[in-house]
Amino acid sequence: MSHVFLYALLGVGLFVLGLYALIVHAHLLRKILAINVMGTGVFLVLVALAGRNQDTLPDPVPHAMVITGIVVAVSATALALILMLKVNGATGKNELPDRDRD
Amino acid sequence: MIGDIVAIPWVVVLIVLPLMGGMACFLFPTISKSLGLMTALAIFTAVGGLSWQLVEEGAQRYAIGGWGASLGIDLYADGLSLLMLVMAALVGLGVSVYSSGYFSRDKANHFWPLWLFLWGALNALFLSADLFNLYVTLELLGLAAVALVALAGGRGALTSAMRYLLVSLLGSLFYLLGVVLLYHSFGSLDIAILAQRVEPSPAVWAAVGLMSVGLLLKTALFPMHFWLPAAHASAPAPVSALLSALVVKASFYILLRLWLEVFPQTNTAFSQLLGLLGAAAVLWGGLMALRQTRLKMLIAYSTVAQLGYLFLAFPLATSCAWTGMLYLLFSHALAKAAMFMAAGNILRYGGHDRIADLDQVAQRLPLTLAAFSLAGVSIMGLPPSGGFVAKWLLLEASMNSGQWWWAIVLILGGLLAAAYVFRVIGYAFTQAELPHEAGVVPARMEWTALVLAFVAILLGFISPAAFELMGIGAPFGVGCAG
Repeated sequence: MSHVFLYALLGVGLFVLGLYALIVHAHLLRKILAINVMGTGVFLVLVALAGRNQDTLPDPVPHAMVITGIVVAVSATALALILMLKVNGATGKNELPDRDRD
Repeated sequence: MIGDIVAIPWVVVLIVLPLMGGMACFLFPTISKSLGLMTALAIFTAVGGLSWQLVEEGAQRYAIGGWGASLGIDLYADGLSLLMLVMAALVGLGVSVYSSGYFSRDKANHFWPLWLFLWGALNALFLSADLFNLYVTLELLGLAAVALVALAGGRGALTSAMRYLLVSLLGSLFYLLGVVLLYHSFGSLDIAILAQRVEPSPAVWAAVGLMSVGLLLKTALFPMHFWLPAAHASAPAPVSALLSALVVKASFYILLRLWLEVFPQTNTAFSQLLGLLGAAAVLWGGLMALRQTRLKMLIAYSTVAQLGYLFLAFPLATSCAWTGMLYLLFSHALAKAAMFMAAGNILRYGGHDRIADLDQVAQRLPLTLAAFSLAGVSIMGLPPSGGFVAKWLLLEASMNSGQWWWAIVLILGGLLAAAYVFRVIGYAFTQAELPHEAGVVPARMEWTALVLAFVAILLGFISPAAFELMGIGAPFGVGCAG
């Protein structure tokens, strides 16, 4: 039971770490990585909580959810990266401006 | 014959049609416009089929692949889903017709597949009964919406698309973490099963908090609206219409479903907080809309304000309040789509959307100005529009429950809306100093805006029938007497 919670807590820790990085870093690549770290944290919680106790087999549904989640994360990351390149092409910077006012 | 129509699993058709249409548009870009329009018509018809089915047989549940909950994924359609689907179909058909005149050939090749994927994601979202499936549809919707914003190109659109993407992914992750906690606690993802099993515990409160924060971020409730105005204003006009009319309502729909079914033992403090934030959004959005110099930014801030009204129903929580709020959501979708389309026409005609330089739009684009004004009537909530009926129900609900302070917010919000709508209409009659080359606005772009605005007004007359349709399957308690 305890190791399950250890992994779950680790997952929550990754989620919080990613959230922190997403907020403090301005560089877009770091923001995209931060989102990925957050996602990994959620997946870790899912997998950890699937094994409720050591006597029974782990629940397969969370694993299926993680696989779907990874597919979603890959496509989202791909879109984010190409968009980052486009932003760089248009503004010459890898950061978002503080305020868009014109 | 009638039996055959009722027997078709329309809920599946509604999801498969737009996805297939989107693929077809992607594979055959040369005929994407006609393929897209055909798909739009087909989806519209399918929504008609589903409404018939619901009227005949009541709420529908469909187990995909015959597995059934809790291992499989269920689709579920009741009056609430139907309302959202009809809204998406009406706005979607309008946007499709409008876009067929708006986009250049090159842009259209990208627009049609993305738009039909977005429509498919919307339909799937409104029909899903499974929390994880809702997450997937939410992500599909977000990715398609971001790509559509970026379609405008240029600095402003790209940076706001990027910000929109980050916000959207962040919101989805919060939602997903909440789903994980719920699944761990109750061993099911199906909303109906969860509704039976759920009982208050720390894990549930954590899940409520996480899912609400994620969904509120995506719904852009004040003060988490910072990403919305720029993203909605810098997108191409038909995309702005889609985002304001439909996409923000999708995450709101999930929140509402959870609130009505999974977390019915509402914490009054939390619902009061939602109401307060909604009230702040109404006032702040209205004030910011008044201060804008660009027409599309004004309309985008008006969306922030109108989204605020939807949250006023949470502290009231009577079936009358829910009905009024959903009717507001419906009429706002039509009116706001019409407004953004009108703004698109003005932008196309004059080459800019500075409110102070709207020159003689009244004489040159009379249909567009009529569309904007009619949509404005519904946004302000003047009779006989759909917005009026909705606000009336909300007013009545707030008086009946003794929480009169929400009524003041409703009235102040209406006054602010009147101020910003009349500001635009006032400038439309002035003469500009600078002569310029006038762009050509295709007739179908003007007519679509007008028709959508007209339907928003018409909603005021057909409200009894609409309430009856919304009540199928009693998604929010027994119907409202008013």
